[in-house]
Amino acid sequence: MVHAMRSVIPVLTVLGVLVAIWYLAVAPMNIRVALDQAERGGATIVPEGSVERRAVSVWHLMANNASHVKAGYDLDRPRLPTPAQVGQELWKTTGAMALKGRAWSKRSLIYHGWITLQSTLWGFVLGTSLGIIGAVAIVYSRVADMSLMPWAIISQTIPIVALAPMIIVVSSQLGVENRGLPKAIISAYLCYFPVLVGMVKGLRAPEVSQLDLLKTYDATGLQSFLKLRLPASVPYLFTSLKVGIAAALVGTIVGELPTGAISGLGARILIGDQFGTPLAIWSALFAAAILAGLLVTLLDLTQRLAVGRMGMQP
Amino acid sequence: MQSQQFVSEDAPATTIEANGLNLVFQTGDGPVHALSDVDLTINKGDFVSFIGPSGCGKTTFLRCIAGLESPTGGVLSVNGMTPDEARRARAYGYVFQHAGLYPWRTIGGNIRLPLEIMGYSEAERAERVTRVLDMVDLNGFEKKHPWQLSGGMQQRASIARALAFDADILLMDEPFGALDEIVRDHLNEQLLQLWARTEKTIAFVTHSIPEAVYLSTRIVVMSPRPGRITDVIESPLPKERPLDLRETPEFLEVAHRVREGLRAGHSYE
Repeated sequence: MVHAMRSVIPVLTVLGVLVAIWYLAVAPMNIRVALDQAERGGATIVPEGSVERRAVSVWHLMANNASHVKAGYDLDRPRLPTPAQVGQELWKTTGAMALKGRAWSKRSLIYHGWITLQSTLWGFVLGTSLGIIGAVAIVYSRVADMSLMPWAIISQTIPIVALAPMIIVVSSQLGVENRGLPKAIISAYLCYFPVLVGMVKGLRAPEVSQLDLLKTYDATGLQSFLKLRLPASVPYLFTSLKVGIAAALVGTIVGELPTGAISGLGARILIGDQFGTPLAIWSALFAAAILAGLLVTLLDLTQRLAVGRMGMQP
Repeated sequence: MQSQQFVSEDAPATTIEANGLNLVFQTGDGPVHALSDVDLTINKGDFVSFIGPSGCGKTTFLRCIAGLESPTGGVLSVNGMTPDEARRARAYGYVFQHAGLYPWRTIGGNIRLPLEIMGYSEAERAERVTRVLDMVDLNGFEKKHPWQLSGGMQQRASIARALAFDADILLMDEPFGALDEIVRDHLNEQLLQLWARTEKTIAFVTHSIPEAVYLSTRIVVMSPRPGRITDVIESPLPKERPLDLRETPEFLEVAHRVREGLRAGHSYE
């Protein structure tokens, strides 16, 4: 219990500082919108007129109109919503809708999160499989080591934002009806690399003497793979899976942006941008972050369970 | 390479025989003569120690016997076979300086490893694990994981692993080199008992003069650049060896000869 408290306190402290900075930033970010709104409501603002105010810095506006700063914290369409507003919006589009039995409505982030999660998981499975197969090939074949590894590294230098539309265009050219598939491919593209690198390291983790020992038993290649290299790579695998699943989620969201997709967290972000509703962007962003957190935590728990079951020192 | 048959009737039977053995490693800095004209015969049931400074080729020679290195010249036979054939026939158990137990296997699981690879039946594996754990005095530790054991216990487990299958040769490469002296004394005593009990042929690489003299029936003194044998000392010590044997004049006399052999090979320079 004491141990848990000790690890929670620093996290909460950092969170507290971030929220404080956020709250402080809301005032300058929203002051222009707040003053425009107050002026329309009949208040006297210095200087008058939205266009005139553009030449004045936000700090002067705040100093000259101190009584209206507070209004920036309670706008319908804030430029920067407060954490509380984001929280409310998140609740309104998730928990509250679920309570009303409308979890699968097109306005619910649970629905959009589910769409994104599906592509993420498909991409994760695909990317992880490719990563593991690639790693085995690299460890066992010098040719693969020389030919695959450089391309794997080059593949990660291409900005995914440039590549994503191409993948979508190609898959629609090929007549792929399922919108989830190109997204899954993009997310697999981001996800396979950490798995590949981690697995190569893990499969090469056994020391020379351990491989020599198996040689003295005249073990076959398959036996040394199954009994030594594979179990030795498990801790490395889980570490890269955690990086991989977060990358897969990012990949899916990036894949949702240029498609004109109407569902998925990425689509919510895009729509929020097009309709000028930062609140929608922020709540979709937080939904994505929470989803990533859940996925990584789930993998972390699996890792503890697996490594513990294998009897390795925790 | 001519095939060699050492099925002689007159005891003692030859187990390992090296004739004019040479091994040259090609490195970036030019060739390194790791073994130069090594001639040695190890008989069945011998306890032979290899002693010498780093780079004298003692570990390399052991690895040649194990078929882990290939000599570039000369003839080496193990149980009348080439080292590679002997390796495939599982003629020896090898103990490395570091126990190298798999952290994801229990002590019992580690000892089962060679048995699984060699295809022993489930029942036989269990029986053998119990037997060798008893031999190295580790009963009750079968279900423990390596990290729960001390360094000395881990090394005992690795010896048990080498004893689990029926190899009559035991190759040991500085098995106690990483342990402190008190643990080392204890393990030396245990190893002698084990050797007496199992009548295995043991080739033992060490850095320690007292260890070599205490354990061996024969001490092979080696020196570096090029790696070669400078002296082979037959130990006059009795087979029964309590720890305090090491304070007797006979023991000190043998130790003195080993030291002289090392000096003759310029090992102290």
